[in-house]
Amino acid sequence: MCLGIPGRIMEIRHERHTTMATVDFGGVTKDVCLAYLPDVEVGEYTIVHAGFAITRLDEESALQTLAMIGELGIIEELGPTEAVEAEPASEEAGQ
Amino acid sequence: MKYLDEFHDPDLARRLFDEIAEAVTKPWAIMEVCGGQTHAIIRNGIDQLLPDLVELIHGPGCPVCVTPLEVIDKALAIAARPEVIFCSFGDMLRVPGSNGDLFTVKAAGGDVRVVYSPLDAVEIAESEPDKQVVFFGVGFETTAPANAMMVFQAKQRGLTNLSMLVSHVLVPPAIEAVVAYPDSRVDAFLAAGHVCAVMGTAQYEPLVAQYQVPIVVTGFEPLDVLDGIRRCVLQLECGRAEVENAYPRAVRAAGNEAAQAMLAEVFEVCDRQWRGIGEIPTSGWRLSPAYAEFDAETRFDVGDIEVDEPEACRAGEVLQGLIKPDECEQFGAGCTPRTPLGATMVSSEGACSAYFQYRRLATAATNG
Repeated sequence: MCLGIPGRIMEIRHERHTTMATVDFGGVTKDVCLAYLPDVEVGEYTIVHAGFAITRLDEESALQTLAMIGELGIIEELGPTEAVEAEPASEEAGQ
Repeated sequence: MKYLDEFHDPDLARRLFDEIAEAVTKPWAIMEVCGGQTHAIIRNGIDQLLPDLVELIHGPGCPVCVTPLEVIDKALAIAARPEVIFCSFGDMLRVPGSNGDLFTVKAAGGDVRVVYSPLDAVEIAESEPDKQVVFFGVGFETTAPANAMMVFQAKQRGLTNLSMLVSHVLVPPAIEAVVAYPDSRVDAFLAAGHVCAVMGTAQYEPLVAQYQVPIVVTGFEPLDVLDGIRRCVLQLECGRAEVENAYPRAVRAAGNEAAQAMLAEVFEVCDRQWRGIGEIPTSGWRLSPAYAEFDAETRFDVGDIEVDEPEACRAGEVLQGLIKPDECEQFGAGCTPRTPLGATMVSSEGACSAYFQYRRLATAATNG
């Protein structure tokens, strides 16, 4: 019951005395209640527990997390000399 | 699939493993509180790939596992009544009570139904007005908003044939019980991301301040778990203890305020028994007085059922992180998912079940 996985909002409608959505979990679709995420929009991704959307997934945060992990160890990989040389280059790129 | 595949990337996982290995200089024990994270760890072999200095201890965050035996017995007593349709999440059906499980009741003619959402129970109650529909309201802060909505709708719509057997549990008091335990070896915690998605992150600040333990809000995919471990190790190595959010794509500091408002409306905090652990103060939710009429315990007069736990099962030690599942003499022999002694072997989130699914051959080889 606790395994919340990401799903994509496909369609939003009013029924069962609340707001419901069809959510696609990698090909399997389920009816999900949006009572706790009333401003979510079609196309957004959400985490669902027990048939209720409890949070939306933020794409920018996801990309930042992946980029942060991708940069781990970069300095060590380049080695001390290359790392020092690489610094001015990145400054130029930023200008 | 988006938000899943990227967080399984083996090259990025290697970077996280390398970073952890680089940072660690002393032995640390980190508890993942949530059973979903335990499964991610065991399934992907994360614990075996970490440096020897980093030990993962599996925590009590599996609601199926910690639901007390006497609550299961109450569920069995209610479900066996001829006028009752008993609705439950699927993973509760095989949890052993003192005498059988919900499947046994169903086999004997009881009307036991697996539902995906508590709103399904509302629909059943409306379509079967001559029956009493009872929903088994278990879970942590993740399922509680859904269950609260069922009770709220029952009251709004005047449904007198719908009630809930409530055994809700809360994560922060469980973390406190673990860290305050005199023999606790836990140096840091991975907090369950989806619990925080509902409740926010502020409720961990007092724990961090009082016990000086890092608590890192962590997701459920392999990279999420590894990043949570990495942040714990970095804090421990620098002598810091902070609440950190390693799962920002799903968790906001304030949590889900609409869900919190509904929880405050329907539930109130209470002391709660945890199977295999005992009573933890203020660690549960029960229906608030305004919703007490929907409490199945009083409606069906099962409040006085009291039972003791079976002695052969060491689930309590597993749930407190004192032993690993395969250190139990019954593991894989007297206790398997088909014939479980305790709920940790039943649940899809239980630590014993994770070891049985992914590691019993390795365990057998080592022991043999």
